[in-house]
Amino acid sequence: MSQNESSISFDFTDRAKKVKLEAIGAHVYYDDNHVLKDINMIVRENTITALIGPSGCGKSTFLRLFNRMNDYIDSFQLSGQVLIDSQDIYERNVNVENLRKNVGMVFQKPNPFPKSIFENVAFGMRIRGISKKTELEGIVEDALKNAVLWDEVKDRLQKPALSLSGGQQQRLCIARVLAVKPTVLLMDEPASALDPIATAKIEELINVLKEQYTILIVTHNMQQASRISDKTAFFYQGQLIEYEATRDIFINPRKDLTERYITGRFG
Amino acid sequence: MKIHEKIIVLFLWMCSSITVLTTALIIWILVKESVAFFEHVSIIDFLTDLEWTPLFSAKKYGILPLLTGTLLCTLISIFVALPIGISIAFYLSEYAPDRLRSILKPTLEILAAIPTVVYGFFALTVVTPFLKDFIPGLNTFNAFSAGLVMGIMIIPMISSLCEDAIRAVPDSLRQASYSMGSTVFQTSFKVLLPAASSGIIVSIILAVSRALGETMIVSIAAGQQPNLTLNPFETVETITSYIVQVSMGDVPQGSIEFQTIFAAGLTLFIFTFFLNNLSHLIRRKYQEKYE
Amino acid sequence: MNREIRNKVFDIGFRIFGIFSTFLGVILIAIFISSIVQAGFSKIDWNFLTGLPSRFADHAGILTAWTGSLWILALSAIIGIPVGVGAAIFFEEYAPKNSLTRILEINLTNLAGVPSVIYGILGLELFVRSFKMGSSLLAGACTLSLLILPIVIVATREALRAVPQSIRQASFSMGATKWQTIWHQILPASAGGIATGVILALSRAVGEAAPVIVIGALAYVPFVAESPLDDFTVLPIQIFNWVTRPDPEFIVNASAGIIVLLSITFLLNGIAVYLRYRWQKKMKW
Repeated sequence: MSQNESSISFDFTDRAKKVKLEAIGAHVYYDDNHVLKDINMIVRENTITALIGPSGCGKSTFLRLFNRMNDYIDSFQLSGQVLIDSQDIYERNVNVENLRKNVGMVFQKPNPFPKSIFENVAFGMRIRGISKKTELEGIVEDALKNAVLWDEVKDRLQKPALSLSGGQQQRLCIARVLAVKPTVLLMDEPASALDPIATAKIEELINVLKEQYTILIVTHNMQQASRISDKTAFFYQGQLIEYEATRDIFINPRKDLTERYITGRFG
Repeated sequence: MKIHEKIIVLFLWMCSSITVLTTALIIWILVKESVAFFEHVSIIDFLTDLEWTPLFSAKKYGILPLLTGTLLCTLISIFVALPIGISIAFYLSEYAPDRLRSILKPTLEILAAIPTVVYGFFALTVVTPFLKDFIPGLNTFNAFSAGLVMGIMIIPMISSLCEDAIRAVPDSLRQASYSMGSTVFQTSFKVLLPAASSGIIVSIILAVSRALGETMIVSIAAGQQPNLTLNPFETVETITSYIVQVSMGDVPQGSIEFQTIFAAGLTLFIFTFFLNNLSHLIRRKYQEKYE
Repeated sequence: MNREIRNKVFDIGFRIFGIFSTFLGVILIAIFISSIVQAGFSKIDWNFLTGLPSRFADHAGILTAWTGSLWILALSAIIGIPVGVGAAIFFEEYAPKNSLTRILEINLTNLAGVPSVIYGILGLELFVRSFKMGSSLLAGACTLSLLILPIVIVATREALRAVPQSIRQASFSMGATKWQTIWHQILPASAGGIATGVILALSRAVGEAAPVIVIGALAYVPFVAESPLDDFTVLPIQIFNWVTRPDPEFIVNASAGIIVLLSITFLLNGIAVYLRYRWQKKMKW
């Protein structure tokens, strides 16, 4: 456990930060399937929050509440409130496209578009009507630099994105999201399909991104959760069992269930 | 949704509704004109009369000669295509090495790409003269050559549909069979054939439907003389070749002679419509089974 | 032991029969094409390609026929591709999954199975007579567009379906609308597959004779069509016309015509196969 203590930069000024994301009494149903039960949770600005729990516990569904990607599931039903910057994002007049510009998402498997590296990063601007080459070039370069990919791809921006390695592809997906300047990043097991070296790079990147973004990250990897996150939420069977500072959860969980999960006795 | 996006979706919706409109119009036109036709000709005569001579002065409107001609050619073609098509399917899916398969499949597709008028030419100028050496009294225009060549034409259709059906059988069945010491042949015909049977039946139905509607091969090679016969070496006329015959001639549109093509067309359409729906039904059933 | 040998014999026997069956078609094509080339190749010369039709086999050319076929090819592409691809996009990306869609689905398989000669009857009543297009190129192209519509739709849907869901998710999560996702991501990613299907469909349209005969395209057209409203003929009709003449000289003409028709068909199919190959290679997710 000593490695955890050294690598966590626990934020003692936590309470001073602004509330960014909020779920208030959130229930989610897929038909008769009650997948999230009365979730109440507050996430503060510029923090990393890890969502952990066994498969099917609802953590991914919870993550996708914040960019409304669950909307594509026909039987999806939500009650309760989900707020970003105190604004209910499920209200009728919310523009989902603009919401998603503000809330970027990185998926489990790298999913670059089958286009060039440049076009991948430029896509977010293109669909918002920006097509001036010089403007795009500047934004693409910045985004790639922020995703720590620039040096590796600057000479081959026109090459297909699918020619990159898995880790590079995932950083490209992050760059693609950063290019539209969101404030929230949702990450759904972003490193689970990558090798250890690529994973380390992604984690390093996430740590830097924290300065500017509020990050929610789903992970199966307890080590990863303890390495990178400020707070950790443990989900089990659709319920939020425990939500505390990461250090507390890993060293001194309050619930027996949490401890059993973290120590690998189930899951 | 933005307004221009709504317009695009409207356009897409219109495109898709054309498919429904097409079916509706086909049925509407065939039925409307056939109704007009049956005001002059009794439907009993149409179904029972043994002669079809609407273009002669002594007019008879019995569809049976055209129907037997159509069915005769179809039957011959299926007899040719079915054993060969199924054998190809099993060979490609169970025997052939992947590399060979990847070469053979596109080659077979060439057969499907050849225009039917070319097949008709083949039947008339190559197959019939060749067969005449073996079959004395073979008519220059005959159902046999037409059916034979039509069979060659539908081989790729049967083989590719059957192959899909065979490949859809889960590998676990194959492994179970091989682990019991079965040969590839035994696995193919005792395990895979029954398991893929509905898919294979679908392929046969679709092939029959295709053969019923085939026009140019029969127009060229089977002749244009409605004969009530089941002798494959005789000249026959099919529904489709009759429609072509009328279209090529100078029958005035709107006349009763001309209306015959709608009644004939409706008869053909009923057959193919029934078969196509049947195949769809069976396919739905067996898809459910595997899901 | 006896049984074992029997099994072996059946196994090998069927393998041989399978190989025989598979190559039967290939061999027949080869025989057939070589016999046609022998019969007709010498006939193909400048006069044949640029000659107008004639009652005399010697003078008869296929200028009007092949230009008519090219017209039909182009017009069917212009009419058939947008409608077919549009319908496929609607079916695949927009149509709600309900019983109405199931009916559309059944309807589509039905359309694909309607005999081509019936499409001719539809074209005759709808385009030639109701829309007063006459037996023009436009009427022919409209008829053939309807004929190839199911093929285009099925191929396009397959290509759209081959684009992985993760691409759609990525695009939506970037805040793209549905149409932006289709236009910027799904269509480019499936373009190869769509093009393959479309070209195969067009090759079918070029080879069709029956529906164009039924709508009244003529065998004898003494001029090259200059506008979509002109009368026309196509290669398959010209070939059919020659095949049905008793004079053996016309059989030579028919062979030559077939060589030209097959060249067009095989060229289109070759392009389609090449595009599919390239697309499959490129699209490895």
